[in-house]
Parts: sequence; structure tokens; C-alpha cells
Amino acid sequence: MYEVDRSQYPAKKADGTLDIDLESGKYLKLWQGPQHPGITGNMSVELTVCGDEVVEGKTHVGYLHRGFEKLMERRSFIQCFPIVCRICVPEPDFNEYCYAAAVEELAGIEVPEMADWIRTLILEMGRINSYLMYMGGQAGSFGMGVISQWTTYVRDLMLDRFEELTGARIYHMFILPGGVRDTLPDGFEQRMEETLQEIEKTMQEVYDAMFCNAIFKKRTIGLGYIDPSLLDTYGVTGPTARAAGVAKDVRKDQPYLVYPELEFEAVTGVDSDVFTRADVRRRDLLVSVDLIRQILAKMPRKGPVMAELPNVLHWKIPRGETYIRGECSRGEYGYYLVTDGSGYPRRVNVRGPSYTHAVALLERLIVNVNISDVAGLMVSLHTYPPEIER
Amino acid sequence: MKDELKKRIVKAPNGVEFEVEPLRDYYCEAPPTVMPQAYSKIVEKLFNWARSESIWILGFGTGCGAIEMRPLMTPRFDAYRYGVQWRPTPRQANLFIISGYLSVKTLKRAIRSYEQMQNPKYVIGLGSCTINGGMYWDSYNTIKRLDQYLPVDLYIAGCMPRPEALLQGFEDLKKLIRAGKAEGANQYAENFEWYKANQKQVIKDWDMPDYNW
Amino acid sequence: MHELTTRLNKLFPLGELTEQRADLAFVSVARESLRPLLQQLRDQEGFTHLVLLTAVDWIEENQFQLTYLLSNRSEACDIGIRVMIDRDEANMESIHDLWPTAATYQRELKEMFGIDFPGSPRIDEEFILEGWVDLPPYRRDFDTLKFSEDTYAQRPGRETLDPAQHMKDQLYPVVEE
Repeated sequence: MYEVDRSQYPAKKADGTLDIDLESGKYLKLWQGPQHPGITGNMSVELTVCGDEVVEGKTHVGYLHRGFEKLMERRSFIQCFPIVCRICVPEPDFNEYCYAAAVEELAGIEVPEMADWIRTLILEMGRINSYLMYMGGQAGSFGMGVISQWTTYVRDLMLDRFEELTGARIYHMFILPGGVRDTLPDGFEQRMEETLQEIEKTMQEVYDAMFCNAIFKKRTIGLGYIDPSLLDTYGVTGPTARAAGVAKDVRKDQPYLVYPELEFEAVTGVDSDVFTRADVRRRDLLVSVDLIRQILAKMPRKGPVMAELPNVLHWKIPRGETYIRGECSRGEYGYYLVTDGSGYPRRVNVRGPSYTHAVALLERLIVNVNISDVAGLMVSLHTYPPEIER
Repeated sequence: MKDELKKRIVKAPNGVEFEVEPLRDYYCEAPPTVMPQAYSKIVEKLFNWARSESIWILGFGTGCGAIEMRPLMTPRFDAYRYGVQWRPTPRQANLFIISGYLSVKTLKRAIRSYEQMQNPKYVIGLGSCTINGGMYWDSYNTIKRLDQYLPVDLYIAGCMPRPEALLQGFEDLKKLIRAGKAEGANQYAENFEWYKANQKQVIKDWDMPDYNW
Repeated sequence: MHELTTRLNKLFPLGELTEQRADLAFVSVARESLRPLLQQLRDQEGFTHLVLLTAVDWIEENQFQLTYLLSNRSEACDIGIRVMIDRDEANMESIHDLWPTAATYQRELKEMFGIDFPGSPRIDEEFILEGWVDLPPYRRDFDTLKFSEDTYAQRPGRETLDPAQHMKDQLYPVVEE
């Protein structure tokens, strides 16, 4: 181990901020992003470095702000449905599900059982997609570009299944208030099984090449440690929390859809560093593969997939408010919906897990990290900027 | 104007004091100029052919379209076989794909990135939201017409456009370049005042030099 | 859920209570008792996770509703606390010392609704918007369509149809005599 000389580091001022004099020549301000290969999507981190260690980091978001929460106030309940999926690009289905479930609860619509099964199937498929994308990014941020070639390839196979089921690759617009749009196509189970086998094979290769790689281990073990006591104060959820040994999983804690009928365990880790977070996600991906098999084996094949809706052009929902949450690949995804008796939502608030991870938590973790590890640390929190600023 | 762009006296770590005027020292003050054609038509044709066969894309995912770029880099769609590749910095790239809606905050960065790219350079607008606003037609934070702010050579419609559409778009761009019709950079230089006025109308806090490169 | 609210009612004057689901309730409180209530919930009742903090603009009543949603994982239940504040003098006590992550939410509320939280870290810095000069955009009296038409150049030829009217015209076309 090498000794770090921190004698030149800035002192703390009375109000807790650091006393950084940029003109002194000791510190350098670096912008990582928005146009930078080592950043997760379109956001940026303003780093102040001393030598090659970060002494302060500030997250800047808002590059993808489209004002969804405002736009939805101007759209009727059914018009909101096609735009909600655009809030989060790599895993759009959670937006559709949370929005649909919130509207159904406030409008008192009963969803057919078959629709619940198909919704669960779609959400698990989306989770696999998102994890595969993460695997590629995490490996790529430590210089292993070939892993992302493999995972992007199998993700593409999963996108084909999505296309077959919903008709679209990225934005599916399949889960709408009242149910889902369609049933499974013929022969879907068999093609799905082939895809799942391919994914399992690739994940084994990823395990051999990435998780058994000495360099990857050396760089990630111990990096970005999150103390379990910080989880609640920083609002950490999902695999990031599970890697710290806390089995926070909405699918288990407050089961929704058909999760009570499926057998699985919440995956947890111990060490709470970048390596453990990657490992938890890898194992969670395999759990999702298993869940899809269970769903396809157990789901009913007959029955309606759509409840009777009132005339959607004149659909008014009585005054009320509710919060719907689900476990997406990054943590707790939630929709807070307020209605006022008119045909438009009064307020929709999207609670993306990246919101807390990428701003407050990242700014805390990034201190005293080497510049070259910043990208890997950021990816390990699995942030998707569009859900931070909406 | 930002503080760090103001003229000031800086003391170096070795005690020497010197004056810094960032606008003059760090940036080029000259506006862009129109790039003339080669001296002979056949040479220009050769140049255009060479340009069309090495399209290097700036890796700046400005919007959600960036997610379909990743499959293009992998063997299934394999854009590399058409001479297309992704570069991390604007200095090495000659094609800027605006992948979707541009919020005002990103527009500012996109302009800076575009101006830092070397000539000849091209812009593709990806997705319906660059054409007329698309899904975000009534949003207060996204621009509705990309060609008001940056010279666009080609649009690819869709929300979201498939990788195949992108591949077709690259092929069409190549045809435009070979025909000598992809003159976006020259158009930008010719109508520089007009573009700057449009940009400043939207970006209310213009705190950078007029031409950053 | 019911036991909890009865217990809390002894300590604080609680306002209107809505039991939305078996595991989700919303309760209104006065702004003075918000902080002791949050501390009680966090330290004694196990509601350690601040799920979200957001605002709703009730412009007709000239009020903002602030919603603090807390979650208790071991009991698997959530409680939402509604605080009504005056719309003209929109300010609220900051809770960033209870949950550091609340500072992010408060920065967003300051920018998007114009609700001030004195003392919250970096509250005056720009968070999402840049160079914004108009009303805070999430307020109901800010008209996003008008703003976008005034500010951004539109491509001619775009048509906007009212869905109800359009469907009516499609399904029941007016037959010309």
C-alpha cells in the first residue's frame, strides 16, 4: 500500500465547506461530463482535485429536463400513458406500471389476473435489460470493453422478445391503466427459454472474465464503501442497499402484482463496495431469469387482459392522492399521484432511485477517491440521469 | 460573463504574477470561415469520397436516442463496417448526432461541442423531437427546431428510431457528402450572426465567448 | 396504521386523516408540529426512510401542500404528512439535518415551486434549470404551452387536435347535404 500525503488538502471552514483557493495552484477543477466518456448518460460531476485525489465533488443535473410533471398536468389520464415511459430510457416499464397502478387505485379499477402476470413478466424482462446494460458499463468503466460487447448482444436478444411481445424495442407503451395491450404471442415461451439460456451462458462468461479478474477485483474491492447506517439517512434502496447487507426489496417487503406467488429470495451482499454491488446485481439478474421461467410456467393462458374502462376522452377521477412503489433494477421507483376530480392529474411526482443516489450519496462517496475510479464509482450506483430531472 | 472568463491577475505557485485574459488567451476570437472547395473538381470529389467513408461520431449522448447507439457498436448491427466509429472528444469527431430533444441547458453544451469540432463536420438530428418538438411540443425547456440553432444535414424521424434507421441514415449522409451537399459547416459560417442570434434568444444567461474553439 | 395514528394524536394535534390503503395513510398537520412529528416518527416509530418530499399547488385555495412521505420497512407501511403553507409567502423549515438527502428535494422545490427553505445547503444554486427568468415552472399559473410558443421557434405545419373533438369528427362525420 502507498501512503497518501494529505498535508496539502484544504481545511474546513466554519460552515462545513472546504476552503479551496483555486488560484493557489494546489487544486484543479475538472468537469467530468456532460460530454465525457466516463459519465453515466448526460450529467456532469464537477471535481476539485488535489494531485489525483478528489477533495470535493458536486453533481450537476438537469441536462435532460423536459418537465414531465408539468406536461402531465396538461394531459388527460390516457394521454399521460404514452409519455410516462420516456422518463427513464433503459427501463421504461416501471413508469408505465407505477402510473397505471396509481390511476387504477384512485379510479377503483380492478385489473384482470392475466394482466398482472404479463405485467410482472414485462417488469422482470426490463430488469434483465437494465442489469445487462449496467454490467457492460461497469466493466467498461474499468477498461474491459469486451464485456459490454457481450452483454449488449444478449440485451439485444431480450429486446427482440420485447419487440415480439409489445412491438417496440425501447419504449414499449404496453402497460396502460386497466391492464396490458395484448396477450403473449404463439411460441413465445420457447423463444424466451432460448434467450434465457443464452443470457445464462453469457453471464457465466462475464463471471469468469470480470468477477474473477484480478485487476477488476483489485480496483473495486473496498472502493466506494457505504456504511449501512447511511442507508436510511441517504434514502438508499435497491441493490445498492442490498450490497450493504440490508435486504431492502420492495418485491419482498410490500409485494405487488403476482410476486407473492413466486419463489425467490432477496439477494444480499456483505461488503458494500463496488465489487459487491456488481456481484449482487449479477446474482439478482439470475434471480430474474428464474422468475421469468416461473412466471411462464405458472401464468394462466386464458382470460381478458384489459378491464372495462370508462370513456377515456371524458374520464374524470375523484379527488385523492396515492403513492405506488415498485422495485426496479436500481431501487425503489415510485409515483405520487394527486387528483382533484377533473380529467387531468393535479400533480404527478416521480421518485426515481437515482435521485438520491446520484446527488447526495455520490457527493459524499466521491471524496478522497482517485480520479480514475470516479467513473467506476458512479456506474456502481447505477444512475440514470433522465429519472433525476424528469 | 462568468468570473473565470474575466481579466485578472494570477499569482503562480512560484510567486510570479501575470495577467490572464481568458477570452483572448484561451479562446479563438475569430469567427468561423467558409471552407473553400478544392482547386479542382475531381480533387474535391476525391476528398468528399474520403470524408464519406470515415464518419467519426462524437460520443455525446444528448438525449434518449443515445441508447440505440450502443447496439450499433456491437457485432449485430456493426456500424464499424461502414467506416463509422465513436470518438470520445470533439476534436477527433466529424459527425455530431443530436440524439433527441435538447433542453436549453444541453443546447449550450451542444453548441460548444459543435464549435470545437474540426471542419468538415456534419450534424444529424435523431428523433422526432429534433424535428418539431415531438412528444415535448409544449415543454418549456426543450427546443422545437434544431435547425434554428445548429446546421442540420439530415434528420432521422422516429421515437425512438431503430438501429436500422440509423444505419440507413449513415448511408444517406454518405450520399449527401459524396454529392457535395452536406455543407452544414459552411452554412453555419455564412449565417453565423443569424445562428448566434437564435441561440442567444433561447439561452438567457449567455456566459461564454461567442465562438468557443 | 390505526393504532399509530391514535398514538400520534395524543402527542400532536393531527388534522384530517386519509387511509388510502392498509399500508398507506395521509395525515395533515400544522406546520409548527411538523418537525417534532417527523422526529417522533423517525426515532420512535421506525419510519426511518424519507421516500419523497414534494409539493402540490392548490392555487384555488392559495396554498401549497407539502408532502413528506416516510416509510417503515419492518412494518411495511408508509405515512404521508401533508403540510399546507401559504402560497404568497412560500417558505418552510428545512429538514436537511434529519435526512441529508432532503436537501436535494428542497433545492428542487425552491427552483420548481419557489418555496424557500432557509438554511438548507446550496439552496440558492441552480439545480435543474439554467438561466431561468420566468415564474417557477411547476406553479399552476405558469403556462408551459404559451411559454414554449413565445420562446422557441416552431416548425410550421404542426397540427394540434383536441382528442375528444377529433374522435367525434372521425366517428360521426358531418354529412354534407
